Amino acid sequence: MPGSSIIEVKGLNMWYGNFQALRNISLTIPRHQVTAVIGPSGCGKSTFLRCFNRMNDLIPGARVAGQVLFDGQDIYAPGVDPTEIRSRVGMVFQKPNPFPKSIFDNVAFGLRINGYQGNLAEAVESSLRRAALWDEVKDLLHKSALALSGGQQQRLCIARAIAIEPAVILMDEPCSALDPVATLKIEDLMRSLAEDYTIIIVTHNMQQAARVSDTTAFMTMEEDRAGIVVEYGPTSELFANPKDKRTEDYITGRFG
Amino acid sequence: MKRHLAEAGDAALPPGPRAMRGGWQHLESKLVHWLLFGCALLSIATTLGIVVSLLSQALGFFREVSIWEFLTGTRWAPILVPQSFGVLPLVAGTLLVTVIAAAVAMPVGIATAIFLSEYAPDRVRRIIKPSLEILAGIPTVVYGYFALTLISPLLQKVFPDMLIFNALSAGLVMGLMIIPMVSSISEDAMLAVPRSLREGAYALGATRLEVALRVTVPAALSGIIAAFILALSRAIGETMLVTIAAGATPKMTFNPLESIQTMTAFIVQLSLGETPHGSLEYNTIFAVGLLLFLMTLVMNLLGHWVVRRWQERY
Amino acid sequence: MQQATTLFHRRLRLRKGVGDVFHILFLLAVFVGIAGLLTLLVQVLVQGLPWLNWHFLTSYPSRHPEQAGLLSALVGTVWLMVLTAAFTVPVGVGAAIYLEEYAPKNWLTRLIEVNISNLAGVPSIVYGLLGLTIFVGWMALGRSLLAGALTLGLLVLPIVIMASREAIRAVPWTYREAAYALGADKWQVTKGVVLPAAIPGVLTGTILAMSRAIGEAAPVLAISALVYLTFVPTSPLDRFTVLPIQIFNWVTRPQDEFRGLAAAGIIVLLVILLSMNAIAIYLRNRYQIRSEG
Repeated sequence: MPGSSIIEVKGLNMWYGNFQALRNISLTIPRHQVTAVIGPSGCGKSTFLRCFNRMNDLIPGARVAGQVLFDGQDIYAPGVDPTEIRSRVGMVFQKPNPFPKSIFDNVAFGLRINGYQGNLAEAVESSLRRAALWDEVKDLLHKSALALSGGQQQRLCIARAIAIEPAVILMDEPCSALDPVATLKIEDLMRSLAEDYTIIIVTHNMQQAARVSDTTAFMTMEEDRAGIVVEYGPTSELFANPKDKRTEDYITGRFG
Repeated sequence: MKRHLAEAGDAALPPGPRAMRGGWQHLESKLVHWLLFGCALLSIATTLGIVVSLLSQALGFFREVSIWEFLTGTRWAPILVPQSFGVLPLVAGTLLVTVIAAAVAMPVGIATAIFLSEYAPDRVRRIIKPSLEILAGIPTVVYGYFALTLISPLLQKVFPDMLIFNALSAGLVMGLMIIPMVSSISEDAMLAVPRSLREGAYALGATRLEVALRVTVPAALSGIIAAFILALSRAIGETMLVTIAAGATPKMTFNPLESIQTMTAFIVQLSLGETPHGSLEYNTIFAVGLLLFLMTLVMNLLGHWVVRRWQERY
Repeated sequence: MQQATTLFHRRLRLRKGVGDVFHILFLLAVFVGIAGLLTLLVQVLVQGLPWLNWHFLTSYPSRHPEQAGLLSALVGTVWLMVLTAAFTVPVGVGAAIYLEEYAPKNWLTRLIEVNISNLAGVPSIVYGLLGLTIFVGWMALGRSLLAGALTLGLLVLPIVIMASREAIRAVPWTYREAAYALGADKWQVTKGVVLPAAIPGVLTGTILAMSRAIGEAAPVLAISALVYLTFVPTSPLDRFTVLPIQIFNWVTRPQDEFRGLAAAGIIVLLVILLSMNAIAIYLRNRYQIRSEG
C-alpha cells in the first residue's frame, strides 16, 4: 500500500526526568518512503527517532505522553511489549556497532532470538545481498565482523537490521562516522531499501536529506530546549519553499 | 531482489516475528531473573552463615564464661589446669605483630606508591607493579616458611637470646606481605589526584618532592588512610604466617623478641587438636573467631567508608 | 634585590638536595619489596631444589624424609580447585550479572554491594569456622573435599563477583543497544551479547580467584585437619589434603630435612600459581588487543 501511512504520531511529549525533550509532536510517516529528520544538534532528533521503537525505555527517568500509532496500534499502550515493537521497527546507529562475533552470527542474531525456523544460511545471504555487502564478505562469513571497514560494518548493521524483516528501519545519522565514498554507498542502499521498507533517517547533513528522502521534518528547540517539529512536508517543497522562517534560516545556513 | 521471507515469510515469522517466542521465552526470562537474584542473595546468606555459625557456638561458651571475664582477663589457658579464659594475651599478641607489620609496610608502601605515581617512568612502573603483585599473590604459608627458616635465624644473630618463634620475625615478614596492599591502594588514590593540582604547584616553582608531599599526598590522604586500615585488618586476620612463625604461647607482652600467640593461631592450634566437639574448650575458638570477625568487620567498614568519601570528592 | 636572589638560590639548592635524598629513599622503599621477593624466592629455590624430583611428585607422605612426596596433596589441590570452581563460577557470574544488568537501585542492592566488599575482607580462618559448623557439622558432609570446596567457594566468591562485574561493565553499551534494537529481551541481550564479550575478563578473574583458593591453608586446615593421607581422594566425599597444608606440616617439623621438603613443596605450589597467573595475563592481553582491533 505505497502512499498510505504506516506510523502516526499524535501529540507526542517526552521527558528525561524534569527536562522536557520533545513537545507536542504530531505527524504521519508515509509507508515505503524515506523520511528525513533534520535540525540543529541538540534539538532532540535522535530522541524523537528512539520514540518509534521505544529505545528510550532503556533510559531511567524517560517518560512519554501522547500516541505513536504503528499500523493503527499505539505502541505505548499498556501491555505492549517493547521487544515486540523493536522486532518490527529496526534500527541502525550513528557509529557502526557490530557485535564482536562473526559476520554470519551478526546477521543471524536477530533471527535466532526471534526463533526463526527457516534456513538460516539462506536468510543471512539474502540479507547481506540486500545490504549490498554479500560480494565483499561471502568468503569471510565466519571472520570477525570487527575486521571490516567502517562502511562495511555499517552495511553489516543494516543487513542485521533487515534480516528480521522489520516494517520500518530507523537510521540515526548512519553516515556520520563514514568517509564520503562509504556514505554514498549507504545512501544508494537506502533508496533501494525504500522499495520494501519504510525508512526514517536522522541526519545533520542537509544535502543528504535532500538526496535521499521523500519527506522531511525540520526540528528545532524552544527556549527551554524542548524539541519541536517546525515544518513537515515533501522534501522538494521544504527545501525549495520553506514556509517557516526558522526552516529557511536553517537550510540557507543562517541559523544561529 | 527477492525478500527471503516475502509472502512465505508470513509462515516463518507470523504475524510479527514474535510468535515463536511467546510463553516459553517469557518464562525463561522470569526464571533467570530470579535465579540471578538468588546468586546475589547468596552473599548475604554467607554473612548470615558466618554470624550464625560463630554466634551459635560462642553463646555456648559465654554461658559458662562471662563476657567480662573473656574480654578483660589477662591469662589465656583454655586447655591447661587451672583453666583461664582471658582473651587479652591473644589480642596483645595479635596487635604486637600487627604493629610491627604496620611499621614496615606503612613507610615502605607509601614511599613505593609515591615513587610509582610521581617519579617512575612508565617503563619502570610496568616492571615494578607486576612484581609487587606477585608478592601479594604468594600463599601465606610460604611467608611462614620464609620467616621461620630465614628471617628468624638471621635475627638470632642480632639478638642471640631470642627464640626461633617470635613476634618480630613474623611481624617483619607480615610487613613485607602487606606492602603491595598499602602501595596499590595508596597509588590509586594518588593517581586520582587531578593533574591540574600538580601543575598548579609546579607552576609556582615547587620541586617534585614538594609537589608529592605537599600536594599529592595531602589530596590523597583519605585513600592512604583507607589503605592503612584495610592492610591492618588484613594483618589482624592473617593466620598461617603467625601460626608457623610467631609461636604458641599466649602472653601479655609487648616485647617483640618473645614468642606469643595470636587469635588466629590459637584457632588453628585448637581446631587441629583432639578437642571434642561441643566442649567448652572447643567453643572457645568460636568466641575468639567472633571477636576476630568483629574487629576486622569494623576496620573494613571504616576503610571502605573512607575510600568512598575520597572517591566522591573528585 | 641581589641578596634576595642569592638567598633564593641557596634555598633552591637545599630544596633540590632534599629532593634528591628523598628520591633515593623512595627508590630504596621500592627496593625493599623487590629485594624481599627475590630473597624469598632464592631461599626457597636453594633449600628446595635438591629435594625436587620425580619421586617427590609421585609419592605419598612418609616419616622418612627421603621417601616422602606430595602426591596426595597435589591430587587434593586439583580436586579442590575443580570443585571450588564448579560451585563458585556460576554463582559468582550470576551475582555479577544480576548486579550489573538487573539490579534496581535500591537499599537491597546497596546492601548486597557493601556486603560483598566486606566479605572480601573477612579473615580466611573465619570462613574455616563457618565451613566447620555448617558444611562439616550441620550438612554432615564430614571433613570431605566437598565441605572444603564449598568453604573455599564462599571465600573466593567476592573475588569472582568483583572481577566478573568489571568484565561485564567493560562491554560497550552500544552492543546492548544493538541487541535491544533487534527485539531482544534483557536475558537474550545478556546471554547473546554481553556474556560472550565478557568471557575473557570473567575467565581472568576466575583464574586469579582459583589461585587464591589453592594457596589458602587456614580454612582448609580447620576443615580437613592435619591428615596423613596415603591415598588419593576418588570422590568429593573423601578426606583430603592440599599442598599448603602439606607444606605447613613439613615446615612445623623440627628436622632440617623436612624444611627442605617444605621448600620443594613451595616450588611446586609457586610453579602452579605462576602458570595460572601467566594464563590469566595472556588472556587479558589477547582480550585487550581484540577489543581495540
